[in-house]
Amino acid sequence: MRLRFILSETWLGLIRNVSMLAALVLTVVISLGMLGSALLASKQISTMKDFWFDKIQVSVFLTKDVTQPQRDAIASELNHLPQVKRVYYESQSQACARFRKQFQDVKSLVDNTPCSALPESYRVQLKDPQKYLVVSSAVQNMPGVDEVQGRSKALERFFRLLNKGQAAGLFAAGVALLAAVLLILNTVRMSAMSRRRETRIMRLVGASDLYIQGPFVLEGAVAGLIGGIGASLGVVLVKVLLIDGGVHAMFGNVVNYVGWNDVLSIVPILLVVGVLLAGLTSLLTLQRYLRV
Amino acid sequence: MIRFQNVTKFYPTSARAALADVTVEIEKGEFVFIVGQSGSGKSTFLRLVLKEEKPNQGEIWVAGKELARLSHWKVPHLRRQIGTVFQDFLLLPNKTVRENVAFALEVIGKPRHTIAKVVPEVLDLVGLAGKEDRMPNELSGGEQQRVAIARAFVNRPMILLADEPTGNLDPSTSVGIMRLLDRINRTGTTVVMATHDSHIVDSMRRRVIELDNGHVMRDQSRGVYGYAR
Repeated sequence: MRLRFILSETWLGLIRNVSMLAALVLTVVISLGMLGSALLASKQISTMKDFWFDKIQVSVFLTKDVTQPQRDAIASELNHLPQVKRVYYESQSQACARFRKQFQDVKSLVDNTPCSALPESYRVQLKDPQKYLVVSSAVQNMPGVDEVQGRSKALERFFRLLNKGQAAGLFAAGVALLAAVLLILNTVRMSAMSRRRETRIMRLVGASDLYIQGPFVLEGAVAGLIGGIGASLGVVLVKVLLIDGGVHAMFGNVVNYVGWNDVLSIVPILLVVGVLLAGLTSLLTLQRYLRV
Repeated sequence: MIRFQNVTKFYPTSARAALADVTVEIEKGEFVFIVGQSGSGKSTFLRLVLKEEKPNQGEIWVAGKELARLSHWKVPHLRRQIGTVFQDFLLLPNKTVRENVAFALEVIGKPRHTIAKVVPEVLDLVGLAGKEDRMPNELSGGEQQRVAIARAFVNRPMILLADEPTGNLDPSTSVGIMRLLDRINRTGTTVVMATHDSHIVDSMRRRVIELDNGHVMRDQSRGVYGYAR
């Protein structure tokens, strides 16, 4: 009986306040769509960062007269650094082969460079290439190390730009979330006002809070869910039309693009935020009319 | 049934007390008029009985319970023992007469078959048999007030509070409403009615409590509206 009343009142409320519900749903769609897009943009930037990070190595060149114990010491030092993801050893002959392949079109250079002129090295891949200085300061002065080469200044600047872009994306997401809260709050308040008479009667005849708030909060949650689904579709559209159909088609595989798993990780956020935001604001807004 | 013991109530927006040191006792089954000008404290008195407001000082007992000691979640149970009627009827415009009355039972979780049984009974009692499926805007003011009274009485409360129930009605319609309240009173329900309609008070000859600026000026059994008359 209890559940049936609450469900039927929720249903009636949904039908009766179609315009109010539509306003709430659209509010949620637009504000959460903004949030989702901002999150997607931020993920795109972090995908780009990963793409470039993977291509970046720190090279630790060894001296010509390096001894085996020195090599082992350097290798173990590198392997023990927590920032290090992987360490490759490149022997003189490997370096030579790579050099020859890299410059195969410049025959004179290859001919004039004996293999003995190329140093052996450790190629270090970092978990976060921005921590390059840690590696360089750890091994720079070890015996057997000739030179540590990291990233160029230009790359440094590029990464700083990406970081700023990501921060801006997250900031936009925060602003979108704030806008969502305020818009939803306003719409829910209007909806609560429109049923003030009903609420007053329920209070006077001694309905419990569950009966008074239940249908209203459920209504808000349903609107939030529909809005969240709408916003998710919006994010999917952004992925299909803007990223796959736009940027990707235009620029090709210069970098990686956000994948479907990124989109899928945003969808539950939008759904949960939609339901909680609309449901909780409904609860809190109505609470003001229930104060005894 | 209702006992006010040295009750004082201030509203935060006013320096003057809405009720000042009011001590009143209303027995079970009584019919009491609370009279006085606008702002004399009539509505505050009723709101305090419903625990819509809390007194600043003093104790209020309703149906054997001291309201200050009644926890928040028990207030709905208090209100189920009190029916309330207002000047502006407070009906739901998008529900029929029957639905308006049934609503009061649905929201307190009464089973369907009980509702189906008692709603026609109470509509019959207030004289609205045959108009169950009308919408409130199809009814006259007096009929709308009868719907409101039916809704207040359908759960058979021990107390019926009426705040200016005839305030929006013409005199002849008001007489019908007073007959109805009188009939409800005869079933054993305590009726407390705030009004400033002197004709009604004078013709009923019931207990009169007169408030003036929050003070009890007069408490008289079988009274009239004012001395000067």
